[in-house]
Amino acid sequence: MLILDGNTERSMKEQAEGGYPREVCGLLLGRFEDRRQVRQVSEAHAAGNLNQDRSGDRYDMDPTDYLRIENAGRARGLEVVGVYHSHPDHPSRPSETDRQRAEEIWQAAESWSYLILEVASGRLVSLRSWVLREGAFREEEVRILPISH
Amino acid sequence: MSVKVRIPTPLRPLAGGRDQVQVAGATVRAVLENLEKECPGIRSRLCDERGELRRFVNLFLNDEDVRHLGGLDFPVQEGDVLSIVPAIAGGAQRCAAGPPCR
Ligand SMILES: [Zn+2]
Repeated sequence: MLILDGNTERSMKEQAEGGYPREVCGLLLGRFEDRRQVRQVSEAHAAGNLNQDRSGDRYDMDPTDYLRIENAGRARGLEVVGVYHSHPDHPSRPSETDRQRAEEIWQAAESWSYLILEVASGRLVSLRSWVLREGAFREEEVRILPISH
Repeated sequence: MSVKVRIPTPLRPLAGGRDQVQVAGATVRAVLENLEKECPGIRSRLCDERGELRRFVNLFLNDEDVRHLGGLDFPVQEGDVLSIVPAIAGGAQRCAAGPPCR
């Protein structure tokens, strides 16, 4: 299960809609809980998409952004618990490319959360999260907490 | 020479759950060889059969991409931090038929 608050959802939504029709990506910082079955997100951080040629349907996260975001999280006791990217005009379901690229990194291990934001005609229309297990993506529950004031 | 190696989440099971490991070595390559003794199985996740970095692995020595420093034979200094950074990527070929696949 992935738990995030309304502010985090809103910042990803703004990034995904603002980046449309290009794919955007970023990292989720937070904590693993309940024997790693729950990923509690504190913050979403945008990262650069290095794939300029096919930015409409590909993303290659800038590794210098990964390093910077991971280090900033470590300093505050947070770790990377997931990654997100947008699907402009496509469903919030992982592609075969998404699966292959995730499997290269994780092999048989259970992955962190892969959150996908579907943006249709410039508006966020769905958001779903997936976990790679034994080489296959399975959908996980996403719980969005109300914005606290 | 001893450097701190930062282990990313996907590889922590090979490091006994640790997020960093202190390893000796005079070059990045030597550090990776010694890292393998500390974390058996990790080297093949980082390097191919020819001993070169896999395409989906990035290594940063402090803030510098090791590929930009000339590769694995670059010397390390006492106290350096070597960060393993997974190449996170995705996207899709558009499908000719069938359900949407990206
Ligand atoms: Zn995708």
